[in-house]
Amino acid sequence: MKILVAVKRVIDYNVQIRVKADNSGIETDNVKMSMNPPDENAVEEAIKLKTSGVVSEVVVVSIGLEKSQDTIRSAMAMGADRGILVKTDQMLDPLAVAKTLKAIVEKENPDMVLLGKQAIDYDCNQTGQMLSALLDWPQGCFVSRLGVKDQTITISREIDEGLEELEIQLPAVVTCDLRLNEPRFASLPNIMKAKKKPLDIISIDNLSVDTNSRVKYIKVEEPPVRKGGAMVADAKELIQKLKYEAKVI
Amino acid sequence: MSILVIAEHNNKSLKASTFNTIKAASEIDKDIDVLVCGFNNDDVVTAASKTEGVSKVLEVNDRVIEHQLAEQVSQLIVNLSKNYSHVLAPSTTFGKNLMPRAAAILDMSQISDISAVVSPDTFVRPIYAGNAIATVQSSDKIKFITVRPTSFESVEPSGGNASIEKISYNLNDVKTKFVKRQESETERPELGNAKIIISGGRGLESAENFKLLNEIADKLNAAIGASRAAVDAGYIGNEYQVGQTGKMVAPELYIAVGISGAIQHLAGMKESKIIVAINKDEEAPIFGIADYGLKADLFEALPEISKELDLLNDIAK
Ligand SMILES: Cc1cc2nc3c(=O)[nH]c(=O)nc-3n(C[C@H](O)[C@H](O)[C@H](O)COP(=O)(O)OP(=O)(O)OC[C@H]3O[C@@H](n4cnc5c(N)ncnc54)[C@H](O)[C@@H]3O)c2cc1C
Ligand SMILES: Nc1ncnc2c1ncn2[C@@H]1O[C@H](COP(=O)(O)O)[C@@H](O)[C@H]1O
Repeated sequence: MKILVAVKRVIDYNVQIRVKADNSGIETDNVKMSMNPPDENAVEEAIKLKTSGVVSEVVVVSIGLEKSQDTIRSAMAMGADRGILVKTDQMLDPLAVAKTLKAIVEKENPDMVLLGKQAIDYDCNQTGQMLSALLDWPQGCFVSRLGVKDQTITISREIDEGLEELEIQLPAVVTCDLRLNEPRFASLPNIMKAKKKPLDIISIDNLSVDTNSRVKYIKVEEPPVRKGGAMVADAKELIQKLKYEAKVI
Repeated sequence: MSILVIAEHNNKSLKASTFNTIKAASEIDKDIDVLVCGFNNDDVVTAASKTEGVSKVLEVNDRVIEHQLAEQVSQLIVNLSKNYSHVLAPSTTFGKNLMPRAAAILDMSQISDISAVVSPDTFVRPIYAGNAIATVQSSDKIKFITVRPTSFESVEPSGGNASIEKISYNLNDVKTKFVKRQESETERPELGNAKIIISGGRGLESAENFKLLNEIADKLNAAIGASRAAVDAGYIGNEYQVGQTGKMVAPELYIAVGISGAIQHLAGMKESKIIVAINKDEEAPIFGIADYGLKADLFEALPEISKELDLLNDIAK
């Protein structure tokens, strides 16, 4: 069995982001970038399946700037076998990302595609669902448990009411929640080894997918700041203020 | 222009998120139809037909679609969509699961989690966990949109008089089988639309201690919430998580107990009207956004708060 994992390079989740002064977007120059957090869970799950003998090959794909190679190398340092970078300088809608991933799926023929449930930059939560629609494959989204048996997977997905369990026939698309597993840290020897693993670079223009943007970001602004910081002395003062000042209890 | 709203429900009643989504739809256009699909869902269909602002309810009532799998509902939406300029669903796990699928089949983009309507093609949405606010414009023929429920008021569940139309459909087989659902059973208000929420974090230290919140929740008729750290540590189920990757909430009063205030947590609750923080570390970032901060050990503060609430109630009597 072969797994394709989609990983995105995003601003590290610990960075306090800054809006550009001209309101055209978010400052990314000289900002620490990392793999999108739930994509690490996707990589981890694929590697675990390989270690347990269910999966024979784990291929990682990222779409983006030349620099996204770093993200692919991190995934290979965790244990992925091979990487593909689809190079583009354009900011793509999730639909265009899904179309690009579809083109890669058609070349690679994986049995399962793993993605993160949401990229923490634009918080879209769309790409996996769109990819499975375009492939006409079934989907398992927001997955916190994944079991594979022959050509069927059993998943638990996190929903607002609790958990839902589904049985899905492969090939399928799965989007991963942070609770799926605990991503490993890459050891130094593995980081060195990853430098020698194969990484193909393809220009997006060679895939003949329609990457036209349908959703234009007209402006990006700072959110209104919330005034806080007032302290109360004790429980009594707190309850009095909630009752007679804020009038919320 | 005409709008299709996908109702979120559990075959018994409409979820509050549906009323917020209809409100968002009404800011785009007044011609609003609602799709209710499921099984044994007559009460939901009736409720939708009485909802303020709804012109027509489209009903699918069939055992095959009881669990509303994304693969099925998206087929129905695709079949109906040619009659509409906009398709809206709440940006809950229900809407997030199926809307992108329907949009992609039709080669349309989706605009996720809008917090305001600027015009029929322009919307506002938070990005980067709410640390930036984007205005986006769509050039798609049919606009697929998920709506952040807490950013829109609720329409009235009464006063409407919509027609009901059973729609014909032919669902292709899907390769997904529903096995089961584990839902938390609680008498408390739903987290997504509670007026008061009391949330606990890692500071609670155990599942046993987490129950300390129950006593106060009972007295305030509050819903219980949690940080990711508390959920990951197993103090409480995932459905209680508030934040960037959990639920978005905006109650009148949000009480954060033993929660540090990481940006991913703030993303889910900083639109609350009044925020209270109880934390023993005065440097905790949560104090920076709290209207009332109490620097205290929660194990002392919670019983005292409980007592003060009793005193208030005594005075009221
Ligand atoms: C991609 C991503 C998505 C995430 N999504 C979410 C999300 O949706 N929601 C979310 O909540 N988090 C999310 N997180 C995690 C987030 O970054 C924080 O790790 C988490 O919110 C911390 O939870 P906490 O405040 O309970 O724990 P901590 O940060 O450990 O804080 C515990 C607090 O309790 C206080 N405390 C301890 N003991 C006491 C006591 N006896 N009395 C009073 N105070 C006490 C401490 O001073 C401390 O401030 C996400 C992280 C990532 C990377
Ligand atoms: N440019 C990209 N390259 C590779 N994978 C991506 C890219 N954008 C999104 N993804 C994948 O799609 C998931 C969901 O992203 P989104 O729909 O943007 O929230 C991410 O967690 C990634 O796994």
